[in-house]
Amino acid sequence: MQLVSTHRNRALRGALALVTSGALLCAAATLSGCNKSSAAATGDPGASKTEKLSAAPAATERSTEASGAAVLTPPGLEKSTAKASDFPTAKIMTTGLKVDDDSVTVGILHSTTGTMAISETGSVQAEKLAIAQINALGGILGRQIKVIQEDGASDWPTFAEKARKLLVNDKVAAVMGCWTSASRKAVLPVFEKENGLLYYPTFYEGLEQSKNVFYTGQEATQQILASLDWVNKEKKAKSFYLIGSDYIWPRTSMKIARKHIENVLKGTVVGEEFAPLGNTQFGSIINKIKLKKPDVIFAAVVGGSNVAWFKQLNAAGVTAANQTLLTISVTEDEVLGIGGENLVGFFSSMKYFQSLDNPNNKSFVEAFKKMWGEKSVIGDVTQAGYLGPWIWKAAVEKAGSFDVDKVVAASPGIEIKIAPEGYVKVHENHHLWSKARIGKAKADGQFEVVHESDLIEPNPFPKGYQ
Amino acid sequence: MSLNEIGSMVAMQGFSGLSLFTVLLLMALGLAIIFGQMGVINMAHGEFMAIGAYTVYLCSQLTQNFAPGLREVYFVPAVVVAFFVAAAVGYAVEVLLIRRLYKRPLDTLLATWGLSLAMQQFFRSFINPKEVSAELPEWLLGAFNPTPSIQVPKNGIFVMGLTILVSAGVYLLMLRSRWGIRIRATTQNRIMSSAVGINTDRVDRFTFALGCGIAGLAGAAFTTIGSTGPTSGSLYIVDTFLVVVFGGAANLIGTIASAFSIAQAQSLLEFFLTSAMAKVLTLLTIIIILMIRPQGLFTTKVRT
Repeated sequence: MQLVSTHRNRALRGALALVTSGALLCAAATLSGCNKSSAAATGDPGASKTEKLSAAPAATERSTEASGAAVLTPPGLEKSTAKASDFPTAKIMTTGLKVDDDSVTVGILHSTTGTMAISETGSVQAEKLAIAQINALGGILGRQIKVIQEDGASDWPTFAEKARKLLVNDKVAAVMGCWTSASRKAVLPVFEKENGLLYYPTFYEGLEQSKNVFYTGQEATQQILASLDWVNKEKKAKSFYLIGSDYIWPRTSMKIARKHIENVLKGTVVGEEFAPLGNTQFGSIINKIKLKKPDVIFAAVVGGSNVAWFKQLNAAGVTAANQTLLTISVTEDEVLGIGGENLVGFFSSMKYFQSLDNPNNKSFVEAFKKMWGEKSVIGDVTQAGYLGPWIWKAAVEKAGSFDVDKVVAASPGIEIKIAPEGYVKVHENHHLWSKARIGKAKADGQFEVVHESDLIEPNPFPKGYQ
Repeated sequence: MSLNEIGSMVAMQGFSGLSLFTVLLLMALGLAIIFGQMGVINMAHGEFMAIGAYTVYLCSQLTQNFAPGLREVYFVPAVVVAFFVAAAVGYAVEVLLIRRLYKRPLDTLLATWGLSLAMQQFFRSFINPKEVSAELPEWLLGAFNPTPSIQVPKNGIFVMGLTILVSAGVYLLMLRSRWGIRIRATTQNRIMSSAVGINTDRVDRFTFALGCGIAGLAGAAFTTIGSTGPTSGSLYIVDTFLVVVFGGAANLIGTIASAFSIAQAQSLLEFFLTSAMAKVLTLLTIIIILMIRPQGLFTTKVRT
């Protein structure tokens, strides 16, 4: 017995080393620039490559092109009368892209397997909806859009490989894709080298700008500054406790938040805490917060940790009745996992909420549910994903060409008036002008919009906040 | 800060330490049994926990749709169902996979790891790629207030109670029942056990199923404090291994002691330092102790 167990313990320690190193590897990959990943201790990311099952079983099987006829289209848009023959292929495309006399091909590059499938499924659905709608309205320059979808499998090298495949082999005219910053950083050199075009939907930490990428989500200042101003004004908040998961997005966000609180709002940060990714126990952190009694808890915890954080917060008696909490990492998608009852009355800062009351959004939600099922919820990133194809379409039509250089040159100033979030405009720095909104969580998992800012200029390299 | 407030804080912090202890213990028990008694390193342990969590979620969905009146009471039976579902899956896995690999311990490690990936993708494809949440009964939500300034999480009390029950059950089963005797006999000397008429194959199957069942139970209980998603199980796996290695395999008391010391160190350090620092210091201490005592805390020559 003695002998056996000593021997066994050695083997077990080997196993422990294996799991831990897997976790570390993954964490390292994440730290190198992953936005809001739910990935934590999942072991070797490469292993998910071979998993071959679709993430939204019934749904993704449906062909985008085929469903074109049945799809609901945004209000106020007429079917385009442009005929492909008015735009001879030789004139509108000079760089070898996959464009012919009646079709143009784009790529969708998201994870439908692996840990990130949780988050990226919504983006894929939104992008396919937008493309189906554009097709139903007559396509682009008289051409129908065809889609080649690739699976990044939550693995950053796979993203780079698939990006190269889409650009070099398939010659797609544009790619809608990526979700985590890590995956975007992985494909960026490929897009720059092959001169491709990427529409990236996630809100992220900023500090990036590339000729070949359009960022349809908010960068950090657009999400943070307006919400801090609001909570300071409305709730007379002076003291803040900052808590996030330990990687680049929360850390950059909290840095910006701290500068703004201390320098602009003249408030104090009474505590700043970064929980390791995948942390499941928040008891001690919650006690620390209780000790400091901040006016506001400002939170950016992600993934499975996010669920644990809110469940344990509620269980420790911290609710909206006795504590103001503002988070930048909870959309309708996250509420599914956290449970509405644990969030009631807390505030979330996003640019889009499913409950937004405007005609664009009403029709968007209706079309989305018709295509993907009544039970679908639509979060901030999903809506940003929906904008990508529309922005690309507008830029192509303005340029009168699919050539990447011409599309990029035509992009600044493009306005999307049918945006579910209301209205967006493309800035010269490739980010979008958009509004910040504060939503108050309700028990049914939706948010009541309690504040809306003016249009905010995107500023991916904020001065004085670095 | 008043004396009263300090007192409340000490009480609440004390409770979070104990609560963390029971959480760690509950996650590690199943692994400790399978490893200690069979020498199989079950890398899919976290996924068996996820099976438990999903069982509770499915029970919650069924209750919501067919018997909304039972919302307050469904949870406890659901936890029991979770035990049996996970145990049944564990039984099948033993028959189909594990028992072919008993002579090749490293291969079981790889096989169970592969199994864990397959199970994750199964959850993703056939249940929901997004996280889900079971609707919890009112009596598990919020805090219990013994005094106005002390809030004790109700879910923590529940997990604590469950852990005590399960540990006592495992103790009785292992040391006070005929099944326990057979399991321990097989562990000590498989050939002799077989010679005196113990069906060692059956013992193996039963032990593996039991370990998986307890993992399922833990997963079910953790729906009250954590997430339910395809990769939720993997959030627990590192801590689980840590507890078992540090405690010294094959020893229930060791597992308990190890869970207790890790939990106290972690929660106290986390309170006074940052959580990353707490993790670093805890791991460092464990590494040093394991360098001095590679066999873990408890592998006493006297059988407990």
